Amino acid sequence: MDTALLFDNAVVLLPELVLAVGVMVLMLVDIVRRGQNGSQLLANMSVVILLLGIGASLMIWGRAPVEYLDGAVSDGFALSVRLVILIAGVLGVFLSRNNFPAIERQGGAFYSLHLLAVIGMMLMGTATNLIVLFIALEIFSLALYILSGFYRDNPRSIEAAMKYFLLGAFASTFFVYGSALLYGAGGSAHYARIHETLATGGGNPSLVWPGIALLLVGFGFKVSLVPFHMWTPDVYQGAPTPVTAFMSVGTKAAAFAGFFRVMMTALPSYHDQWAMPLAILAVLTMTVGNLTALRQSSVKRMLAYSGIAHAGNILIALVAGTAAASSAAAFYLFAYAFMNVGAFTVTIALEKQYGNENDVEQSRLAGAAERFPVLAAAMAIFMLSLSGIPPLAGFFGKFLVFKAALEAGWAWLVVIGVLNSAISAYYYLRIVVTMYFQQDEEIGDGKEPLPLPASRSSVIVVVVSILAVVVIGLQPGLWADLLRGLGQ
Amino acid sequence: MLSTLTFLPVVGAIVVLLAPSDSLKKWLAFGATIATFVVSLLLLPGWQEIPDMQFVERYAWMPDLNIYYHLGVDGISLWLVLLTTLLMPIAVAFSNQHIKQNLGGFLALMLLMETAVLGVFLALDLVLFYVFWEFSLIPMAFLIGKWGSQNRIYASIKFFLYTLAGSALMLVAILALYFNSGTFDLLALQEAGLPPGLQQLAFLAFALAFAIKVPLFPFHTWLPDAHVEAPTAGSVILAGVLLKLGTYGFLRFALPLFPVAVSDYASLISILAIVGILYGALVALAQRDLKSLVAYSSVAPMGFIVLGIFALNEQGISGAVLQMVNHGLSTGALFLMVGMLYERRHTRLLKDYGGLWASVPVFSFFFLVVAMSSAGLPGLNGFVGEFTILLGTYKSSPIFAVFGTAGVILAAWYLLHAFRQVAQGALTNPANFKGKLPDLNWAEIGQLLPVVLLFFAIGLAPNFFLDKINPSVAALEVVQTPVVGDSWLVDSSFVPPPTSGNLSWTSIH
Repeated sequence: MDTALLFDNAVVLLPELVLAVGVMVLMLVDIVRRGQNGSQLLANMSVVILLLGIGASLMIWGRAPVEYLDGAVSDGFALSVRLVILIAGVLGVFLSRNNFPAIERQGGAFYSLHLLAVIGMMLMGTATNLIVLFIALEIFSLALYILSGFYRDNPRSIEAAMKYFLLGAFASTFFVYGSALLYGAGGSAHYARIHETLATGGGNPSLVWPGIALLLVGFGFKVSLVPFHMWTPDVYQGAPTPVTAFMSVGTKAAAFAGFFRVMMTALPSYHDQWAMPLAILAVLTMTVGNLTALRQSSVKRMLAYSGIAHAGNILIALVAGTAAASSAAAFYLFAYAFMNVGAFTVTIALEKQYGNENDVEQSRLAGAAERFPVLAAAMAIFMLSLSGIPPLAGFFGKFLVFKAALEAGWAWLVVIGVLNSAISAYYYLRIVVTMYFQQDEEIGDGKEPLPLPASRSSVIVVVVSILAVVVIGLQPGLWADLLRGLGQ
Repeated sequence: MLSTLTFLPVVGAIVVLLAPSDSLKKWLAFGATIATFVVSLLLLPGWQEIPDMQFVERYAWMPDLNIYYHLGVDGISLWLVLLTTLLMPIAVAFSNQHIKQNLGGFLALMLLMETAVLGVFLALDLVLFYVFWEFSLIPMAFLIGKWGSQNRIYASIKFFLYTLAGSALMLVAILALYFNSGTFDLLALQEAGLPPGLQQLAFLAFALAFAIKVPLFPFHTWLPDAHVEAPTAGSVILAGVLLKLGTYGFLRFALPLFPVAVSDYASLISILAIVGILYGALVALAQRDLKSLVAYSSVAPMGFIVLGIFALNEQGISGAVLQMVNHGLSTGALFLMVGMLYERRHTRLLKDYGGLWASVPVFSFFFLVVAMSSAGLPGLNGFVGEFTILLGTYKSSPIFAVFGTAGVILAAWYLLHAFRQVAQGALTNPANFKGKLPDLNWAEIGQLLPVVLLFFAIGLAPNFFLDKINPSVAALEVVQTPVVGDSWLVDSSFVPPPTSGNLSWTSIH
């Protein structure tokens, strides 16, 4: 290959490259200081690397989109999703600095895997080629399998990793098979060329349907659509909470980014056919997610099912399949990153105080507002935002998605989505009610506020998330303007 | 001006939360509500008696999506804004005396509540309106759930979910309007007009949200729970102001935007309102708990207001607007007095009282005046509103007016029943004897006096108030093109005189 070609437009992958170099430096540093305790240094390095990644993304922000070697593109959508993933990554690193013994012991492995996952996720949104997409998927999936089993002494964590790995590997095979069929149908692995071939009546259209169906299983697993969601609650509950926080946002953003790009750039001519099945999946996902979340007693499982329901909401945007819908999805994910990571951060603090080391029961939170007024207020804001109460960020995410879907003529789907939001308010509100309105029976009159069971880095995450949720909510126009969809 | 008015309470809330001591928090919160009241009074000197929006403010909020920060006030919202800003300092003053637990949080929530309500009354962009509308739920749910009585958690969740679910479809309808006309701006939408098919669906979605808020029978079941469990100041604001959001919604959004659908459903909604009037009054009569009685007594007058709105003529609607203010004042005062009594005796059961005139004459006197205002005694405010509404209702449908009048009689019955049980009869319960039960102190009289003075002001000089309401009401499309109904209940022979040339109010005098 011509070397000039290799470097032409390589700027597209600048953020990924920055992170990749960063990971290598991180691993070297880990080797050099082997034997020393603690991994604060590595955590700080990771933060710096991720911030450099954000800087690199901002550098190519606003330039005309260019494509690199038929494999990756730097359009507004890719950059928006990348920003969401990098933010989730930074917040995730901050959360991991909470003196978890397992992470402190093996910081080098933990943070390099964390950064690798970020690289894979970012690549998902950038890929314009089924092969690159698959590589990206595997990079972040493999990293996450290991990260979810990082608490090696905790059976639940091991179970989570095993379950995630086996089911994930299974889903990957579906994904590969689907890609192969699409390649057969369109004669190319490149999205735009698949579209060209199919739209002009060439290729082998009979393979399109099975290809879409199999890809759908793969994506459905990653974004946890019903009925491919069974792993989600177990993995979310078993995995170390900082990992859960990071992957709940990162995986969703990455997989949806890939999903949007495949469906909207490779298969737009089949939109009429795939929209309805996806709409049905969206209804199932929202409804099952919300109704099951109602019955959860563990905070992390509740958040897992709530995450499933949110995936259903974002899927509505894909069903609409317009440029406005994809930018609405980017906004949704941007808002979701802050409110969901924020909620998990508070959960980490609360599980230190009330729970076992890696989870907390909702009923134990009674009276938490008296003892941790700041934490409770933060949790209340995140819960209200997740349930879509204005003027918080979550409301405008839903608003934009519903608006785009209605514009595309999916009124019935929007009605179901709106009603589902109303259902979801119940379980989010229940956390608030437990913390604020119920009394702690064991402690009784112990009303004096206790010191925060949270490290300084957790506090930073909470403060940043609250500010983001409120500012995005009060000035949504600014961000809606910034975050771009496909073809914008 | 309107932004200052709307967001002054938020500033107050932040300052209150940061203030170091409880006594300082009390003064700051009271000061913030008084300042807001003063700012709202400044609307009056520059007021023009025209139908248009005044003091309009409009800035781009989400310019890409055509969403604007658009505030304005007209004759329909003016008095509701003033009602809100007047009741707030009273409720805060009462709470300052009686709330012991976590006072700062309570006052901050009250102030946030004020911002949300003022925002709803002033917003002219549908998205902005929806944001304030939904946001108003949060402080109220917290006020009930945290500071309410025994069953507060249930009441709080019920209130929150009921009203939230009710307004979910309204969001879809707002989006549908946007895709029809390309704007979220109320005035622009009004001008553009909407196709009848969309009007029907959108009206149903809006009406559900408003009917739950009012509450219109049969959507009223959240109200008694919320009222009875809420702390006194919460009840005052809930009954005095929050319920008005529903009727205001009908007036501000449903009537101008969906005139066709409104005239189609006017009879149905009027019938629901009448059922609510009669049912609410009868249930109120059967209550043993004074606060439940007052709570149920909100269902009936609110039904009355809805009846006036859906008479779809100038008298009915102007009366409804005035009656919204009247009901806010009188029911707010009733809840306040129930609260004063409860703080003294810690019981709300009617059987624990009786003969209070002998032991606490000042309290009983105020109670009588407030009850009479509620019952619509001529010379007081309630009469003007009820009479005007009945006049309007009679014009559009005499049968409805007959039922409405029956409601007035029932209202007088349960209010006098309550007064008799509390203040008259023999003073038998030793806990109520003179000396044991303190009479109203100066602070409490100070809280009640402004409201009672307004009773007389509105009752004796209604035109001062109606003159500001009327131009905006007369400009409503449903008023200008009288409904010649397809229903047998609507008197189709009546055609009101043209109102365009002569906007002055002449029916009472």
